[in-house]
Formats: sequence, structure tokens, C-alpha cells
Amino acid sequence: MDLLSNLSLGFSIALSPETLILAVIGCFVGTIIGALPGLGPANGVAILIPLVFTMKLDATSSLVLLTSVYYGAMYGGRISSILLNIPGDEPALMTTLDGYPMAKQGRAGDALVLSGVASFVGGLLATIGLMLLAPLLARVAYFFGPAEYFALYLLAFCTLGGVASKNQAKAALAAMIGLGISMIGLDNTSGMPRFTGGNMELADGVDFLVAIVGLFAIAEVFFFIESHGKNTAIGVKLDKITIPVRDIINSFWVMIRSSFVGFFAGVLPGAGASLGSFLAYSSEKAFAGKSGEFGEGDPRGVAAPEAGNNAAAGGALVPMLTLGVPGSGTTAVLLALLMTLNITPGPLLFAERPEVVWGLIASLLIANFVLLIMNVPLVKIFVKVLSVPAWVLLPGVTMISFVGIYSLSGSYFDLVLMVAFGAMGYFLRKLDVPTVPIILGILLGNNMEDSLRRAMVISDGEWTYMFSSNISIVLWVAAIGGFVAPLFLRRFIRKPELITD
Amino acid sequence: MMKSDRILGLVAIVVALAFFASALQIQTSFLADPLGSKPFPIAISVVTLMCGLVMVFRPEPDPEWPSLRTFGALAIALVVLVGYAYSLKPFGFILPTVIASAVLSYQISPRPLPAVLTGLGLGGGLYVIFKYVLKLGLVGWPPTLFG
Repeated sequence: MDLLSNLSLGFSIALSPETLILAVIGCFVGTIIGALPGLGPANGVAILIPLVFTMKLDATSSLVLLTSVYYGAMYGGRISSILLNIPGDEPALMTTLDGYPMAKQGRAGDALVLSGVASFVGGLLATIGLMLLAPLLARVAYFFGPAEYFALYLLAFCTLGGVASKNQAKAALAAMIGLGISMIGLDNTSGMPRFTGGNMELADGVDFLVAIVGLFAIAEVFFFIESHGKNTAIGVKLDKITIPVRDIINSFWVMIRSSFVGFFAGVLPGAGASLGSFLAYSSEKAFAGKSGEFGEGDPRGVAAPEAGNNAAAGGALVPMLTLGVPGSGTTAVLLALLMTLNITPGPLLFAERPEVVWGLIASLLIANFVLLIMNVPLVKIFVKVLSVPAWVLLPGVTMISFVGIYSLSGSYFDLVLMVAFGAMGYFLRKLDVPTVPIILGILLGNNMEDSLRRAMVISDGEWTYMFSSNISIVLWVAAIGGFVAPLFLRRFIRKPELITD
Repeated sequence: MMKSDRILGLVAIVVALAFFASALQIQTSFLADPLGSKPFPIAISVVTLMCGLVMVFRPEPDPEWPSLRTFGALAIALVVLVGYAYSLKPFGFILPTVIASAVLSYQISPRPLPAVLTGLGLGGGLYVIFKYVLKLGLVGWPPTLFG
């Protein structure tokens, strides 16, 4: 009955008025962030981290606040997908495929309610899954030595590069850019500077928050300048909100199945929510066969990706909390938060700071119910958010980013570096180079090198030690397979493109 | 035309070589471990080099690059952002924020009045939020102005 006592510990923290208020605020802000086109969960959480940090909240409170934002953004992402045909972030792309056609048929309200319920089912099941699976995995993680960790980091980069991207070379390049940047600064072991060019500001290394905010938030401004903020007007009308009971009942099993698919996609290190919603959508499409009208406004095509993507969001927390390897771009940002708060994820976190883990899990359970209320009866409030024009939103986001980073370090150097990352992010994304591996590289680079070097210390330089345990062999095989297999499968599986009017 | 990927590949190769050369220069210390501080960065440079070569020899079609005029707008935005970074301390928060957000707003949607209003609104609004709601230690006006 470990689980029950842990949960009661969690709820004793989560139900304290202060934590509860933070969770509600987080859900509200998160839904807005998700709904705004151009702001997804990753950049939303990224620009909030420095601000939360300066508010001097304790670790559990900050974590509850920002994971509520994360969950909320996953709910909110569907609003702009359905009403504007603009996915707020990558995982929401699948929701546009049937959500927007449904909205054009005058069923925007139905689509919003159905997807809200699907998000709830996915989010709730995944949080329960997190609750059950995370402690188990944390126990397995005790068997992980440096060799296993190195293989695990490799697996994260390989699945991110192989499964979740279109071009292996570009994904690998992105990972290398991140790893290369992480090498800047003092060497952990020898204490000697590397790649600093004698610059004192770089001796501490590049702060990952600077890179994240630059790559995610500042780069977005350049994209909006390029497009002049076009395509952000509401294309369809939203009348009354009614509950489409029949659609919800019809897609009940769709939601359950998609939640499972999404959850396991989320648990894979590096794969994340995009894969979750993609797999959920395509498996339901195949399952429905000819009876479905997928792509033309089938309600099941709205329920599946939303359940899948929210389940993946919860699943992605499993490897992040137990192993310190994020499962998606946004959990990479959450890992950055943990590191900023000086919390080291891993099995010790579960053993030594159960109040953090279980307080978080209990808050997420509560957050799901709060989000259901916000996203079904109150969805109209968030639809109003869509009328904030890009020419107000983006300058605002930029200024908030500047203040956040400036309040962290107070140095011009970091601000200019952030702008440089923004420009780099613009060019790389233009060239289809994914930016999430860069973040992952910056976050994990030092740990990855340390585990390699520690493994070599243990084995006294004998490299076969890297493959000496079953766990590491499995991880190596999965890593290589995950990177290479999509080369052959890509011919058969194609990601759908965004539909245009 | 598949120039963009080839250029990116070449840039990657040059950076990889520079990184490699720089990795060889890393000073070692008496605190030695079997692997040392060079091999991991060297491995990074080798993989980067391979990625660069793949992109040079197997490029993908070019993305749609914006017109020269839009590039101009992007360059202006870049200059404004860098200028903003340097002006926060000497000029306080409000003035630079009004100017920078007005310019950015104008670059996104070229209408002068809404842009100016956006600038004024964000400069004032964000200052109030940061200073009085989140209680950050922001300096609103140029420190020298009110002595």
C-alpha cells in the first residue's frame, strides 16, 4: 500500500490552498498559452521559468505551477487547431486534420467539447499511468550505472532524430549543435576551460534557459515578421456550446485506446507528444477502415489525437522524472526547470524527496479536473484569446522574454546571446533542422560526457564495458534501431501535411 | 535548386573542423581520467562533419526564402533587439520597451498608429505587472533622470 500512502502525502501537499491556487493559475495561463497561435507549451513554459524563478517560490510550488501550465497548454493547443487551422504546437497538428473540417461544417462547438473531453481522458489516464509506472521505473533505474546512462542518452537522441524527424542528418546535426554548445565552459572533471575563447562570460557555460528562450520564443518573432502575422484571423464561427453526447459515447473506446498508444509513445525517451498524437490518429484511422470519414471532419479523428497527445504529455514525464531524460521538447524545458531548482531527477528523487514527486502527481490529477471545467463549460473565454492580434502578442512575448532572462543574470551578454539563438533558430527551422535536439543536447551534454568518462574510470579505459550489461545492450540496440529503421519505414509511413483551404 | 542545404552543410563542416582544432587545444590538468577532456568533443566534431557531408551530397529542396524586403525587416528587428538588450540598463525599462515593441509591432503589421499604441501599452502595462504584481526589481526610468 505504498501507493496509497504516497498519494495521501501528495494530496496533503496539493490540497494546501497555496498549491491549489498555483495549480489553477497554471491551468488558466497554460490554456491561454496553448490557445495562442505562435505560443506552444515549450516556449510558453520556457519564458515563464525565469519569471517563476524570480518570484522565489519553493521547488514543489514552482514545479506544480509550471507543469500545470504544461498540461494546460496541451489542452489549449486544440483551440487554435480547431478554430484557426493553426496548430499551436507540433502535437496539435493532427487535431487540425479533422477538427478544422468539423468546425467548417458548423460544428466548432462540438469539436471543442469533444476534444476537451478526449484531452481529459488522455490526461487522466496518463497521470494514473505515471503514478503506477514511475515508481517501478525508478526502481529499475537503480541498476543504471554510467554505461547504461550513456546508452540511454544516446537512445534519446536517436529516437528524437530517427522517429520524430524527417531527416536524420539534420536531426543529428541539431543534436551535435546542442552537445557542442554544452561543451563550452569549465570541464567538470579537470576544471579546465573548453571552447570559451578566453571569454569570462562563457566560463560558466551557456545557460540553457538563454538558449531555450532564444530558440523557442525569439525565433517565433522572426517567423511572424516574415508572415506579417497573416492567417491568424478566426476562420469559422463559434455559436452555442452544447455537449455532443453521441459523439462522446461513440468515441469512448477511441479515447481509451488512443490514451494507451499516446502514453507509451510519451514514455519513449525522445519521442514525445508529436509521436503520440500521430500514432493515435493513424491507428484509429486504420482501425475505422472505410467506415470512417477521417480527414473530412470525423469526430473520432478529433478525439484520437487529443487523447493521444495529452496522454503522451503525461507519459513523457515518466522518463523525465525517473531517469532525467525528457521524452519531448516541453519535458526538456521542464527538465531545465528541475535543474534550475537544483532538483536532480532520477531514482533518488523518489526516495529522498517524495513530497516533490507525489505533490506533483497529485497536483496533476487535480489539474486535469480543473482543466476539464475550464475547457468545456468555460471554453468561450479562451476562444476570445484568439482575437489578440499577433502585432501585440509577439512584441509582448519578446519583452517578457527579455525581462525574464535579464532578471536571471542581469548581464547584457546573455540577452545578446538569446537574440543570437533566436536568429539561429529562425534559420535552422527555415532549413527544416529541428530545434528540440539542440535543447536536449545543451541539457544533457555534460551528463552524457560525465557518464562516459565515469564508465571509463570504472573500467580503466576498457571500452567493451559500455556493452557489458543487458540493459545497456538493449538500449544500444534500440538506439541504433530507432535511428536507422525509419530510413526504411519512411517510404510507407508518411506524416500528413497541414491541410489548406 | 538545392543550395540552402548545401550551404548549411558547408557551414557545418567548417564549424566541425574549427571545433575539432579547438578540441585538440584543450589544456589538460593533473586531474586526469582515462578518457580525458578531448575525446567527447572530438566525437561531436566528427559526427557534425558527417552530417555536413550528408547535407552537401544529399540536399533537400530549398525552403521558401522571404523577399529581400522582408529580410530587411528581419534585419531591422534583429538590430532593434540587440539595441534593446544594451539600452535596458542605461535608459530604464519603460522607454526602450515602448520603442522596441512599437518597432516590432510595426514590422509584423505595418500600421503606425496601432504599432505606437502597442508600444505604449506594453511599455506601461508590463512595467506595472512586473514591478507591482510580480515585484521584480525593475528600474523604470533612466537612473540619471531623477537623480
